[in-house]
Amino acid sequence: MSSEEQDPAARVRAGTRARGEADTAGIADAIDYEPVIGLEIHVQLATATKMFCGCGLSFGEPPNTRTCPVCLGLPGSLPVANARAVHFGLMIGLALGSELAPRSIFHRKNYFYPDLPKGYQISQYDEPLCRGGQLGEVRIHRVHLEEDAAKLVHVGASGRIHGSDASIVDFNRGGTPLAEIVTEPDVRSAEQAGEWLRLLRTTMRQLGVSDVNMEEGSLRCDANISLRPAGAQELGVKTELKNMNSFRFIERGIRAEIARQEGILGSGGQVVQETLHFDPASERITSLRSKEEAHDYRYFPEPDLVPVAIDAAMVDAARRELPELPAQRAARLEQEVGLSAETAHLLAFRSELGEYFDAALAAAGQGEGRQSAVPAGGPGPAGEEAQALANWVTVELPKRLGADVSPLESNVTPQAIATISAMVAGKEISVGAGRQVLDKLVADGGEPRAIVEEEGLAAIDGGEELAGIVAAALAANAKAAENMRAGNAKAIGPIVGYVMRETKGRADGGEVTRLVHEQLGI
Amino acid sequence: MQTGDPAIIELTAAQASAEIEAGRLSAGELFDAYRARAAADELNCFTWVADGPPVGDGAEPPGPSATHGSDRPLRGVPLAVKDLFCTAGVPSQSGSRILEGYRPPYNATAVARLAAAGAPLLAKTNQDEFAMGSSNENSAYGPVLNPWDRTRVPGGSSGGSAAAVAAGLAPWALGTDTGGSIRQPAALCGIVGLKPTYGAVSRYGMIAFASSLDQAGPLTRDVTDAALLLGHMVGRDECDATSLELPAPIALPSAERLDGVRLGVPVELSGEGVEAGVLDAFRATLRRAEELGASVQEVRLPHAPHALSAYYVLAPAECSSNLARFDGVRYGRRAQDAEDLLDMYTRTRHDGFGAEVKRRIMLGTYALSAGYYDAYYGRAQRVRTKIVQDFEAVFADVDFVVTPTSPSVAFGLGEKTGDPWSMYINDFCTVPMSLAGIPAISIPCGLSDGLPVGFQIAGSVFSENRLLDAAYALERAIGFDGSGVRV
Repeated sequence: MSSEEQDPAARVRAGTRARGEADTAGIADAIDYEPVIGLEIHVQLATATKMFCGCGLSFGEPPNTRTCPVCLGLPGSLPVANARAVHFGLMIGLALGSELAPRSIFHRKNYFYPDLPKGYQISQYDEPLCRGGQLGEVRIHRVHLEEDAAKLVHVGASGRIHGSDASIVDFNRGGTPLAEIVTEPDVRSAEQAGEWLRLLRTTMRQLGVSDVNMEEGSLRCDANISLRPAGAQELGVKTELKNMNSFRFIERGIRAEIARQEGILGSGGQVVQETLHFDPASERITSLRSKEEAHDYRYFPEPDLVPVAIDAAMVDAARRELPELPAQRAARLEQEVGLSAETAHLLAFRSELGEYFDAALAAAGQGEGRQSAVPAGGPGPAGEEAQALANWVTVELPKRLGADVSPLESNVTPQAIATISAMVAGKEISVGAGRQVLDKLVADGGEPRAIVEEEGLAAIDGGEELAGIVAAALAANAKAAENMRAGNAKAIGPIVGYVMRETKGRADGGEVTRLVHEQLGI
Repeated sequence: MQTGDPAIIELTAAQASAEIEAGRLSAGELFDAYRARAAADELNCFTWVADGPPVGDGAEPPGPSATHGSDRPLRGVPLAVKDLFCTAGVPSQSGSRILEGYRPPYNATAVARLAAAGAPLLAKTNQDEFAMGSSNENSAYGPVLNPWDRTRVPGGSSGGSAAAVAAGLAPWALGTDTGGSIRQPAALCGIVGLKPTYGAVSRYGMIAFASSLDQAGPLTRDVTDAALLLGHMVGRDECDATSLELPAPIALPSAERLDGVRLGVPVELSGEGVEAGVLDAFRATLRRAEELGASVQEVRLPHAPHALSAYYVLAPAECSSNLARFDGVRYGRRAQDAEDLLDMYTRTRHDGFGAEVKRRIMLGTYALSAGYYDAYYGRAQRVRTKIVQDFEAVFADVDFVVTPTSPSVAFGLGEKTGDPWSMYINDFCTVPMSLAGIPAISIPCGLSDGLPVGFQIAGSVFSENRLLDAAYALERAIGFDGSGVRV
């Protein structure tokens, strides 16, 4: 378990030493290896119909009920490219800052397999829809469109291809549009790969181009992995780890492959270029095929399709549908709203929190719960007040909801949390009372002011009532008062505790502290 | 005469249509006459013949059988369709053993459009396997015999369609042309064959040979029938991304003269390699054209001599991919008792494909292989571009390019089967137009040793109406009579 948390570089070095001692008596100890990782991500596009025919996409229908002559590869059928898939491809390209090709073409990738009904996959090859770009710290090499293969079901005890009695094909998935996103080899660790893929998933989800659900296969990832001596420029021999279907498996698979290559290089061996499979159950890596066995796909331009010609209107249409993306949201929240960089990043990359916060911020701007001088309908609060609201959204609320509940689906409306934050900021209630209100909202829903009323949580003014309670607290905690006079600031604890008990948490902590100091004359 | 009223059979499709419209002939009577003749065919023209009056035609609702389609523009004149067109519920085997008994669930767009226009399906016609051949001897269902001389081939690959129309077993027929497969059999059987501009007719539902070259077109007794049939096939189809809307509807031809029409005779395609008798008929036709007011001049298509080489890289390359779907998994033949997947694939394709198909799959697979792509496929594409440019340059100076359709008349069965190149050279004059994607028509222009000779007229992209007019004027002047070979 702890190995997953480890620093990958440390693990690589540890692996080197372990194998170095065993195999080559420490020769490899001198070398630190740097992993170089590139990712290829297949994103199933959430279009209404398949990439090259009019069949609807399948969501678990009975096998072979979402098929037609085209996606079954019947003789004489012809593909027609899905304009909506091209539109989504352009949105992805714009979101990643890619260069959009004015003209791109489809190729045929030829190989025989029962899940490929035409004997070729229609894909883009050397003239893709998008080139270049960047997401986070990872550069994008290209983005292209293609069609998904059908699903093979192996009948028999094992459920795997080996030892199965027969294989049957379900063509419902065949022809589903895919965007393949290929990165430059800019990733340096398994953790970074996982973190970056989460960012990519959030970006795709916000674009609305895909369900990006790894378990359901709408987001799939291959990793190209090589090692080189730290500081070296040239790349080592790479292997390709295929088709990992969860973030955890991806990180574990990459870690295992880094360790495997370390072992080989550490013992003076050479990594062989091959395609590999990672079995998460056994943590074992097995070879699918070597370079010599690699397919010759005999790519050539698909003669049944015309080039995809992109014009300004198509790019404009894609740009109009772009939502605010994580990087943009982080910049806005930090620079315009005045949140800390850390909070802005959190709200940007966890889109459900970000959307909730924006809604709460807007509610606050509408004057929800506010009694400040800011006119209703103006921009939301900024600076400290916004940061306070963000803390309610990112800290207090998730703490109560748990990791699996999205705030938008909870009993707590953005308006309600904006009200709590504003009441605390306006000293109408104490922070502690605000937390009690939130507890109540999470459990039962409701309106904060009503809860404050019902529960009698309104703050006690810094008037005579509170001064009297403070005086009583000092009398009851004479020793603590003495220690404070002697210069021990921490001694205030029992005094404040007394006041809070007496006021049921309604007193403002700052005001209590001020009164204590005043009455003690310090 | 085998069956049916000779007077009916001597009507062209357009004439029969007019008779039905005038109420002097019923569509059912016409269909029955041809169905009986087709069923009694001795030339092996057909792979399937309707066993009753047509039911349903892809257009709802189907009319009563006796007057089937008679309220539609084509008036119920029945149509023979090359085997490779998908016809719903009717065997569509593309001349191959691997698709034996295959009945598609849908109609090809061209077939559906013609049925909707009132041309019901009469029969499916024999062809070279997957349209690969120039003699119809590559059919898994046996060779077709030429009605002019039954010891000779009808040409190919649309040999069944050409022989059926020539022999009066069908009023008209659909064929496909990839490198000459409509024009050459039309020439060898003494009928009219038109390959339209690439994209003019939807390819949806045509079992593909070479996608960038395949075009559907009519095989008919005369030019008017060709125009009539073509007019109801053409146009943009949402199911074929490469299909196009014609700039103007196809009109029935009416020209009587060729005044001012400039004909270009490419020196590369009208001399060496062409039989003397064919050249004589060709030159006689040029003189007739001049009598009608046309001017004739020599032109140059400098890259045309390389067309055949480029074609035999590009077409096999595309076919090697197009035929990959015949893997035994979903339809057609599957080898039984295979040991594993590879064994199933290998034996299915070994048993299912004929020798010429295998040869072209091998050629194409090689041409697309890593390391050879540029030397073969890439270079062939560059030659294709040069040929397109050659034609563009020529059409700046002349209206049409004219050549003999085929360098020889119909040759003997078995005469060229042992030597692929001698077979391929049959398409020497037709392949350049296919590579350029331009329309070309073959009309019968006379006889050589008692066998028909074809005269090919090719025009620029979308020049079908002008092309049909020129062919019509020449046809009238030539006065070719093919009625002697109706069986």
